[in-house]
Amino acid sequence: MKELEQAKTPLYREHIALKAKMVDFAGYLMPVEYTGLIEEHLRVRSACGIFDVSHMGEIEVTGRGALAAVNLVATNDASRIKDNQCQYTLVCNADGGVVDDVIVYRFNAERFLFCVNVSNTDKAFEWISRQANADAVVRNVSPDYAQIALQGPKSVEVLKAIADIDPGAIKRYHFTVGEVANISAIISRTGYTGEDGFEIYLSPLGAPAVWKAALEAGTGFGILPVGLGARDTLRLEMGYPLYGHELTDITTPLEAGLERFVALNKNEFIGKDALKRGFAAGPEKRLIGFNMLKPGIPRQGYDIMVNDKKAGSVTSGTYSPMLRAGIGMGYAASGLIKDIEENGSGLKIMIRGRPSEARMVKPPFYKKEALTC
Amino acid sequence: MEFPKELKYTKEHEWVKVEGGVATVGITDYAQDSLGDVVYVELPQEGGAVTKNEAFGVVESVKAVSDLYSPVSGNVVEVNDAIIESPEAINDDPYGDAWMIRVEVSSSGELDDLLTADEYQKFIQEEK
Repeated sequence: MKELEQAKTPLYREHIALKAKMVDFAGYLMPVEYTGLIEEHLRVRSACGIFDVSHMGEIEVTGRGALAAVNLVATNDASRIKDNQCQYTLVCNADGGVVDDVIVYRFNAERFLFCVNVSNTDKAFEWISRQANADAVVRNVSPDYAQIALQGPKSVEVLKAIADIDPGAIKRYHFTVGEVANISAIISRTGYTGEDGFEIYLSPLGAPAVWKAALEAGTGFGILPVGLGARDTLRLEMGYPLYGHELTDITTPLEAGLERFVALNKNEFIGKDALKRGFAAGPEKRLIGFNMLKPGIPRQGYDIMVNDKKAGSVTSGTYSPMLRAGIGMGYAASGLIKDIEENGSGLKIMIRGRPSEARMVKPPFYKKEALTC
Repeated sequence: MEFPKELKYTKEHEWVKVEGGVATVGITDYAQDSLGDVVYVELPQEGGAVTKNEAFGVVESVKAVSDLYSPVSGNVVEVNDAIIESPEAINDDPYGDAWMIRVEVSSSGELDDLLTADEYQKFIQEEK
């Protein structure tokens, strides 16, 4: 039997040259770490990290009906963003379950781009296409784009050294089109780390040149290449959900605490009725965040206990390099969460069969001074 | 990656060094490298007993958790408490400072099926 060929990003050779540890991620051979997960994580918080996120999917919606098509599948209101602005939104099914969580880029009222999760690219494309009106064209343009993220407080300076636009002038959750290392790119001030930073969409052929130019320009700023390992711990310290963990086809944005991204007051969108009902009734389970009070690391699938009763399971857990302690998120029955809120305690995580004390906290787990942009 | 000749190895990636009936146990360079940054380790109490091929503790990196299997049976005569405070030593010096436990070996016959450095290296090549 022939083994399934693993997809490689256009930066595969760069990762090998940097001696990255490679792993399979949703069918892609991706770097999980280069110099070490903790070092990479801390460098993003203190200086700058560069990430290959070319595996992410891109879906384009164009035509006179583009805005209407986007607004039908998105829970957030895409008419509230202007040209060159982006918006985080959920895409839900009719039951209010999450098909994907995405960032929508608005070029103009007739051209939008969704950045979708790699594991959901085909599903999201199929879903968005199926709902589209006759005046909208939906295309899976993932093969047209590589994606590089620069994240960390020094990202502005690193990007400034190699771009023909002023990255400092891009506001948070906005984007511009420019050239980076002479390669034309979409540059957005977005990210998945909680730090200031940019996501750069560009042609696969141009990606190695931009990667190398950024690493070179970033040397004086302490740049490090960062793998998927630290990408996960960085997002977890911020309490950002990850599809397949906190978000699934059978969890709703309300359960996940993402109601601020659901515009119940806008016109029809898929999932609206179910979400409206859910909102009125209140969710039966809710996503909580917690810190471990003793050494020990929560992991996905561990039981969450409230007053010695099973209340739910951990969806993501790790060791926080900034807090130097275990942190995690998971779903628990709403009634039992109320018990913890009222008593201030009673939360435990079963770590390899032994209950370990935890404290419920509202993410982000790691708080830094407010971003200045 | 290093595999000192004077040590014996297990397929679970522990090393063991026996001197005067006492076995010193730790994890191999390959094990620490596969785990990545080690941030937590759980070891048995001094005076407790461990059994060959059974879990005696746990080592966790940021991204993975792994059981520690004892290469020998016997009583634990010494525990390296320093690595509980500084688990990163397991990445820095797996065969030295980061030894884990010392066990009074109850049956020397148990040592026979442990791997030599060459056999272990061959084993991990095949496992890759």
